[in-house]
Amino acid sequence: MSDRLTVRKTYKLYLGGAFPRSESGRTYEVHDTKGHFLANAAWASRKDGRDAVVAARGAFGKWSGATAYNRGQVLYRVAEVMEGRAAQFTEEVAAGEGLSTAKARAAVDAAIDRWVWYAGWTDKLAAVLGSTNPVAGPYFGFSVPEPTGVVAVLAPQRSSLLGLVSVLAPVLAAGNTAVVVSSKERPLPAITLGEVLATSDVPGGVVNLLTGDAAEIGPWLAEHADVDAIDLAGAPAPLAMELERSAAGTIKRVLRAPAEEPDWSADPGLSRLRPFLETKSVWHPIGV
Amino acid sequence: MTHVLDPNALADTSGGAGTPPDPFADVTRSNDAFRAFLHGLPGVDQVGAEARAKVLGTRSIKTTAKAWAIDTAISMVDLTTLEGSDTPGKVRSLAAKARRPDPTDPSCPAVAAVCVYGDLAGVAKEALAGTGINVAAVATAFPSGRASREVKLADVRDAVANGADEIDMVIDRGAFLTGRYLDVFEEIVAVKEACGPAHLKVILETGELVTLDAVRRASWLAMLAGGDFIKTSTGKVSPAATLPVCLVMLEAVRDFRAATGRQVGVKPAGGIRTTKDAVKHLVLINETVGTDWLSPDWFRFGASSLLNDLLLQRQKLRTGHYSGPDHVSVD
Repeated sequence: MSDRLTVRKTYKLYLGGAFPRSESGRTYEVHDTKGHFLANAAWASRKDGRDAVVAARGAFGKWSGATAYNRGQVLYRVAEVMEGRAAQFTEEVAAGEGLSTAKARAAVDAAIDRWVWYAGWTDKLAAVLGSTNPVAGPYFGFSVPEPTGVVAVLAPQRSSLLGLVSVLAPVLAAGNTAVVVSSKERPLPAITLGEVLATSDVPGGVVNLLTGDAAEIGPWLAEHADVDAIDLAGAPAPLAMELERSAAGTIKRVLRAPAEEPDWSADPGLSRLRPFLETKSVWHPIGV
Repeated sequence: MTHVLDPNALADTSGGAGTPPDPFADVTRSNDAFRAFLHGLPGVDQVGAEARAKVLGTRSIKTTAKAWAIDTAISMVDLTTLEGSDTPGKVRSLAAKARRPDPTDPSCPAVAAVCVYGDLAGVAKEALAGTGINVAAVATAFPSGRASREVKLADVRDAVANGADEIDMVIDRGAFLTGRYLDVFEEIVAVKEACGPAHLKVILETGELVTLDAVRRASWLAMLAGGDFIKTSTGKVSPAATLPVCLVMLEAVRDFRAATGRQVGVKPAGGIRTTKDAVKHLVLINETVGTDWLSPDWFRFGASSLLNDLLLQRQKLRTGHYSGPDHVSVD
């Protein structure tokens, strides 16, 4: 048994609920922190980004139109499936980030807990961020948060699972659909998360995971007229500046990148939910 | 390609309404003779046609060629609305879109025609007055064609009286499929006569003809009867326009012109939704019949959603970034 051949993996993208190869046909090698080969990953191109936006736009109606309660259940289900894959996630995080198994396991647990935490927020957002407004007339005035739309997410480059979950889960909990560009050097947990999403109840196209270079795909997403918001968490400083500028051309919501990649284990509060929600205020006459 | 009949073997009859052009004037003398002629057309190699269409679909059209193709395709669009729920207001808004498909860019060409039901042709005509954009109206009990000939002809006359410049008629597929070719022929001749000055497009409804051989026969039948255009489909039957079907029809118009000197246009309709599909059709024209057909006078796309995709691609080329459905009109 010891001379069994290694099963070498060549992963694909997660796009529109399916697992296609990159349109460009490119792949790249993924190594652990010591330089050992781990797997081949698809190297997404701008056209994969374009296709992902189309898929995300197509899925937006159904996902944003689902009840908050239903979205919460679906997201909780994702956490359940992640729990079942915890060993695989641990191995990938340990290899990719150079952590001990125990520390990697702690990061995976934190990521799953983070997902559950955001799943719980779906049906509480309207109560916390919405309001009934005082008016001086025979009207009701109230404000409700609504999802922004298609959100492009450049995932953190260092924290490959906890960081990824910390930026993706709030986008989904708020009712948006996402196009995610994973960490370039550490894409394996993102790929596995794609497999988790495909086997849970998340409709195809709600999350689209592209493995590849944020510097290559990011500018196309930032300029894309059908992307409503962009999270620059994984963009290095000079790139982030450039992306902010090009995102202004189509008046996107931009969540700026922090100067240093933060400690993702800290309590995020509502800081990542609020940027991807729009407030709709309604005046409503009071009936006699 | 070899031709079906030896022209010299045929009697030389003079043309007139209802007589096919030389050298085919004699083929419609009886249903049996017509049947023998149509079934004597060379068979279509279906596998070959599909492979040819597929291989031509892989051509990479980029940069300036793509920009040219997009503008050409826009100018070939018959912007269509054929819903039971059509209103004069919808037709007017469609006409506005036809004149200026991209309101943010005056360099964007207008479409070729607006295609509506006959009763709304007058509304379209008024909205398009002075623009050079034609009004096409579907007639002859579109889309099924199941009505008596009197009703069909009245339908045509009504649409022409309402101002239609082009009439899209459907053939009687039931008659065609049961071999009553002469009936179909005579009906097209009668409709052509009822059209008066209006151009006649003959819809073959290829999705119901089943084989490519039948498509070739129907194409010849429609051309012999005097159709100015042959059109694939009503858009109400699936499959509608496919590349192999279009290839066979293009070969038919090419061979027909070689034999008679009369050029007939082609209009694929239904199922063409993306710029990529449209560009594939343009490549197919160029490689099958050459540049003579690369003009709105001889080739049209019957489509509604195609125009928006063409506009999105055009905006992408112009601005350098991807556009989105929020940046074109909803119709």
